[in-house]
Amino acid sequence: MEDSKKLEEFQAKIDAEIKIEPKDWMPEDYKKHLQRQISQHAHSEVIGMQPEGNWISRAPSLRAKVVLLAKIQDEAGHGQYLYSAAETLGKSRDEYIEELQSGKAKYSSIFNYPTLTWADMGAVGWLVDGAAIVNQVSLQRTSYGPYSRAMVRICKEESFHQRQGYEIMATMAKGTPEQKAMAQDALNRFWWPSIMMFGPHDSDSPNTGNAVKWKIKRETNDELRQKFIDKTVQQAEVIGLTIPDPDLKWNEARGHYDFGEMDWDEFWRVVKGNGPCNKQRLNHHKKAHQKGAWVREAAIAYAKKQKAKQLVA
Amino acid sequence: MSNTDNQGGVWEVFIQSKPGLPHKHAGSVHATDKEMALQNARDMYTRRQEGTCLWVVPLEAIVSSMPDDNDSFFDPSDDKIYRHPTHYVMPDGAKHI
Amino acid sequence: MTTNEALINYCLRLGDSSLILGQRMSEWCSNGPILEEDIAMTNIALDLIGQSRTMLTYAGKLEGKGRTEDDFAYKREEREFYNTLLSERPNGHFGDTVARNFLHSAFFYHLFQALKNSKDEMIAAHAAKSIKEVTYHLRHSSEWLVRLGDGTEESHNKVQESLNDMWEFTGDLFEMNEVDELLIKEGIAVDLTEIKKEWDKTVNQVIERATLNRPEECYMQTGRLNAIHSEYLGHLIAEMQFLQRAYPEAQW
Repeated sequence: MEDSKKLEEFQAKIDAEIKIEPKDWMPEDYKKHLQRQISQHAHSEVIGMQPEGNWISRAPSLRAKVVLLAKIQDEAGHGQYLYSAAETLGKSRDEYIEELQSGKAKYSSIFNYPTLTWADMGAVGWLVDGAAIVNQVSLQRTSYGPYSRAMVRICKEESFHQRQGYEIMATMAKGTPEQKAMAQDALNRFWWPSIMMFGPHDSDSPNTGNAVKWKIKRETNDELRQKFIDKTVQQAEVIGLTIPDPDLKWNEARGHYDFGEMDWDEFWRVVKGNGPCNKQRLNHHKKAHQKGAWVREAAIAYAKKQKAKQLVA
Repeated sequence: MSNTDNQGGVWEVFIQSKPGLPHKHAGSVHATDKEMALQNARDMYTRRQEGTCLWVVPLEAIVSSMPDDNDSFFDPSDDKIYRHPTHYVMPDGAKHI
Repeated sequence: MTTNEALINYCLRLGDSSLILGQRMSEWCSNGPILEEDIAMTNIALDLIGQSRTMLTYAGKLEGKGRTEDDFAYKREEREFYNTLLSERPNGHFGDTVARNFLHSAFFYHLFQALKNSKDEMIAAHAAKSIKEVTYHLRHSSEWLVRLGDGTEESHNKVQESLNDMWEFTGDLFEMNEVDELLIKEGIAVDLTEIKKEWDKTVNQVIERATLNRPEECYMQTGRLNAIHSEYLGHLIAEMQFLQRAYPEAQW
């Protein structure tokens, strides 16, 4: 069968909402797009452990500590599910990690911002996880089977994450004046980076076209961003915090909130590696990986010895 | 050793969520030996009381049919409608059959 | 000393050891040698901190002055903590953590096995619940001890050194004073010399399987019973307590 016929059949399956499975024929570009998107998603989960991990040892109550720890652990798990999904596309986790560490692969820029106060644990959970959830809910319907299954599992587990963050924000917003100031400050610092998590405007997004046609992405960057903003404004009002956007207002005609323009210079600066924590995050990852090398070697050597013993026996 | 060293082999994980139910595929883990695979599966996939039994199977031990097999494997059962109970006409009034 | 006072101290010993070891394990988050292990270590941390919450809450109840788990965790100073010296050892490299956790889990395992029969209902229930968790911690750390011990030459030497380094803090696990004496009489606590025998068996067995040597008997450090610690604990609790200390008026 020539490729154009295969491509036609492939598109027909996509249009009929039939999932693509690892052994099915798929266009090379579809595969490449998935490898990039899923691994980027996996790297984000794993690198995302660092800014929150920064506060585990200082969590202000034992309950807060176990909740935060459980949440970060989930993120490690989600990274693992996603690497698994990405591995079904014929590339090993070693290779994906190598791409992350060499800078070839990206992860979400949001994690290149520092977490400076406990309120940042609130802001990260509420806004960053909130934004991620909007995206992930949409991705449950993605066309690639393993990715879709990973997203379903992840969404199920993520349901407490945003609540955990919002609860911290709510508690601090009605706490002492210092706490309230910390909460507002965290919102100020994390708002814009959070809404930039959805990526460039559709008009400037080179990857959107095929991704939507192939139903890898089910909704565009701007659609998802709008969804997130629409639901978050009310949540901020309820706890008495102010979203740092003077242009934010309800647009009756559109049935959505209008909002101000994001700072795209900052966006691209951070994407290109010059955010406040880019180097720190990657170095942390590399260092942990290197420090673990002798452990992994030992485990492999042990397994080999055991196999050899079995053969003799 | 190059920059990319070994993360261990891939093991597929199957969980039985309740006694009496079949084991269902949950995902995979990396591990270098059986015990590690089992422990990793436990830590990874049963954090929310999801299971009563776990299987881990080395990926290379799984044999999968290929999409090209589909016509010859699965379509021939299309016309064997007599394998389904609805194929049979039961007299009116017959019960428990 | 009344039985109640003794029991409060006993709860703090159990609760503090779980808390400090749990805090140590949580430091591994995002630092594990492989993603799966990161998750395993966080699971252990979660179990341990959970254990400490039960015991610290119970201590507060026995004391009857309205102190909560957080009051105990966040508002005491070094000289008021009764955790084992072993639990506060820094994580070091992965082999150090494995060795420490193995020795400590083997202790908790046999201790909780025995405490399941405690005449104090809360202690017995705590032991019955914790034994499930600790059984897994022991299995996890034992398997890693074996892998590292019987892995490469490098890993063998490294983890042998870890074991040797941890050894002088194992005597402290089994020390007893009038608190134990009183509670043993009441059938609440257990005789740690008996636990030591079981511990020795487990430890010897796994060390042998790991092709390692049991460290030579050496001078044993002491301190737990009198809340005397290494310098490491002060830093650990300073970090842990920072927010509660900096904002004493705040609720979190």
